[in-house]
Amino acid sequence: MTLSKDEMAALVARDIPDGSFVNLGIGQPTTVADHLRPGSGVVLHTENGMLGMGPAAVGDQVDPDLTNAGKIPVTELPGASYFHHADSFAMMRGGHLDVCVLGAFQVSATGDLANWHTGAADAIPAVGGAMDLAIGAKQVLVMMTLFAKDGTPKLVPECTYPLTGLACVDRVYTDHAVFDLGPDGAVVTETFGITYDELADQLEVPLRRT
Amino acid sequence: MIVCETTDEAVAGVEDGSTVLIGGFGMAGMPVALIDALIRQGATDLTVVSNNAGNGDTGLAALLAAGRVRKMVCSFPRQSDSWVFDGLYRAGEIELEVVPQGNLAERMRAAGAGIGAFFCPTGVGTPLAEGREEREIDGRRYVLEHPIKGDLALIGAHRADRAGNLVYRKTARNFGPVMATAATTVVAQVREVVDIGAIDPEVVVTPGIYVDRVVAA
Repeated sequence: MTLSKDEMAALVARDIPDGSFVNLGIGQPTTVADHLRPGSGVVLHTENGMLGMGPAAVGDQVDPDLTNAGKIPVTELPGASYFHHADSFAMMRGGHLDVCVLGAFQVSATGDLANWHTGAADAIPAVGGAMDLAIGAKQVLVMMTLFAKDGTPKLVPECTYPLTGLACVDRVYTDHAVFDLGPDGAVVTETFGITYDELADQLEVPLRRT
Repeated sequence: MIVCETTDEAVAGVEDGSTVLIGGFGMAGMPVALIDALIRQGATDLTVVSNNAGNGDTGLAALLAAGRVRKMVCSFPRQSDSWVFDGLYRAGEIELEVVPQGNLAERMRAAGAGIGAFFCPTGVGTPLAEGREEREIDGRRYVLEHPIKGDLALIGAHRADRAGNLVYRKTARNFGPVMATAATTVVAQVREVVDIGAIDPEVVVTPGIYVDRVVAA
């Protein structure tokens, strides 16, 4: 069986080491938080200036002064800290953040990432912290469907969308398989509801097995 | 440092063509009352530096709607509620410079810290680094980034004392402390102004040296 979005999020959560400092990107990656093991000691970073972010705020917990990078009201956990934007991004660039999880339009076999702009003529470009996260976190994980809605693969020999970062993605979690990426290309570590040979047939990138 | 009685007094004297740094991440920390006063004050042809390009119809969005902004410098203009900016942009009535969020913060930090320019790895090989000077340092590629300095900064903070020392609240801190260092005139909108000595020096986030005017609003 291919994985649901929820199962992909659970898979990502499984691979995040206990005690890591982690940034979860806006959208689907945010759901990884729901699958972190209680007591894992994982500390969530939100780039608007907080470590120790808790779950989304509900009811009386909603405080306009406390939001996440997606501008959703959130809560603080014991041990949380606040800091300004320059410090928040220094944490990334300076190599202090262990893991970030991002969505993607396309990822190349050598880890180039395209996730900020479709390049369409009428699209308003907006990058936010994507480029900073892509080159800053020690480990960059991507979660995405392997194929776009039109059936074209999103793991590609070379990105055709505008790039977010070069050779920055370490691992891609998809509904069909997990890939480790590096200078030597893509290595398939797990498959779901598809065989390695079928996968190799459907992608234009050369694959290797673990 | 002046404690102003009104927001109008706090934004008096802004000249046309100024570069204005406006704090806030979305609406958190956005100095809405100061922006409303800036609209009344009337300065136009502004370059505004802020993380977003307005939300809904208030604050920065209202300044944009009033036609006072020639250029937006921001990291993330496009949002579900950025209809004011979207309309101006699609009509060709506003310039846009998209800057990665961390570079936006660091470029202002550099301005406030007297740094002439700095090499940063963010954006290497992407369209946002095209045409920039690049250098390889210890095997890694970096792009040269220049400071962003404001004529005016409008920031939101939680509390000020009468010496201009500021404390913030939760993630509403965001760009405030950085912008406070990076503009010629810095105006802070706060929820309350307290006497000197009422803020523990150990918890001051923005020392009063950076702040020119505060107003409770």
